Amino acid sequence: MKLIVAEDVNVYYGDNHVLRDISLSISEHTVTALIGPSGCGKTTFLRTLNRMNDYIDSFRVEGKIKIDGKDIYGNKVKVEELRQKVGMVFQKPNPFPKSIFDNVAYGLKIQGTKDKKSIGERVEKSLKQAALWNEVKDILHKPALSLSGGQQQRLCIARTLAVKPSIVLMDEPASALDPISTAKIEELILELKENYTIVIVTHNMQQAARVSDRTAFFYMGELVEYSKTSDMFTNPKNKATENYITGRFG
Amino acid sequence: MAQVELEIQALKDNLLDMIELVENQVSRCRTIIETKDEKLAREVIADEQKVNAQELAIDKDCENIIALYNPVASDLRFVLAAIKISNDLERIADNACSLAKFLKRHVTSIDHKLLQEFGIAEMLDTCTSMLRDMHKALREDDTKLARKVFDKDHALNAIKKRSVKSASALLKEYPDDLKVILRLFTIVRNLERVGDLTKNIGEEIVFHIEAQVLKHQK
Repeated sequence: MKLIVAEDVNVYYGDNHVLRDISLSISEHTVTALIGPSGCGKTTFLRTLNRMNDYIDSFRVEGKIKIDGKDIYGNKVKVEELRQKVGMVFQKPNPFPKSIFDNVAYGLKIQGTKDKKSIGERVEKSLKQAALWNEVKDILHKPALSLSGGQQQRLCIARTLAVKPSIVLMDEPASALDPISTAKIEELILELKENYTIVIVTHNMQQAARVSDRTAFFYMGELVEYSKTSDMFTNPKNKATENYITGRFG
Repeated sequence: MAQVELEIQALKDNLLDMIELVENQVSRCRTIIETKDEKLAREVIADEQKVNAQELAIDKDCENIIALYNPVASDLRFVLAAIKISNDLERIADNACSLAKFLKRHVTSIDHKLLQEFGIAEMLDTCTSMLRDMHKALREDDTKLARKVFDKDHALNAIKKRSVKSASALLKEYPDDLKVILRLFTIVRNLERVGDLTKNIGEEIVFHIEAQVLKHQK
């Protein structure tokens, strides 16, 4: 089933036309990698999927982005509900200056969940899903900022999962991590796709090849190629894609 | 130019050198038949060591490129093709060496009608031409030329098929030369195998450039 469908999406920051006629669809329970050189529009596209760009005054979008068949830029859409459904993990781990437990419970409390038992269970489940439970189960009330970078990033993933999204957006989630932590995040992505649909922006070609089912190559605001990852990395159809993934430019 | 491009170009240059050396081995076997030059046969035999060393160097280059540059797309296909092509070339060189050893021993004494009846010179000409085509096809990324190898391989297959008849006729005519005739029969089979290996090289060149898999297709 196609969970995310973008149709002729154009995005502008003021006069700057940053995304041009982007059309693509993403199936449920898959990992989609967005790749391309800096400034190509991949992060802008990612952020249109949960309306994170709305915070930018000059931002304007044309075309349609449908999630579960509903246009997320429609008049009746509540952005808070959309972001609950479409969670996001950022490049730099950004835990709140609170305890590990409170970080994961934060979204639930904001949503109005008061039952402590229910919150405790959800925190444990989310930390388990983020492959962090075994490392933090005895220090849940210690400050989140005392964790390592890799642990902090998995905590942020747990925080995202706690509010039960169906889609998780990841903006270069492992770019600030060492190889071991990166491997853990990649394993986690592969495990999470059983229950979630994941869209990831990455500058690491090997990471895109390892974790994603499909890859979209953006260049100068256009979607140049979108295909099965195994096809793109063995036999890309477009010369620009070939040049980019083989390191000839970008 | 990206470092991976430089590495790929260096690998390609080494592979072209190896094809050239092996093609030379095959064409010199042809010259030995003409000139009965035993010294040339010794040179062909000695060159086998050079070919072996080139194969090892190419294997190492491929290993380094895979480990250090994580090649993808056409770069990856080229590295995979290079591993197989160098292996095919080494086996062609083995066959050329084996023929050179035979010629070193018999070229001055053998009745050249036997060589002629088996079509050895004709096969060597065809093999040389195939290898020359593969050198050019790889150098110029010319898949049309690479595909030409298939027709020439058919010609070698036809000579091999004919050699069964030739062998039985010659055995009657030259009963005292049984060993040499059987050896020549084996050489025909080996040269037909050289054709197959060269055909494999053509398939790998097409794979590298067009991402088309031709092997095992009738």
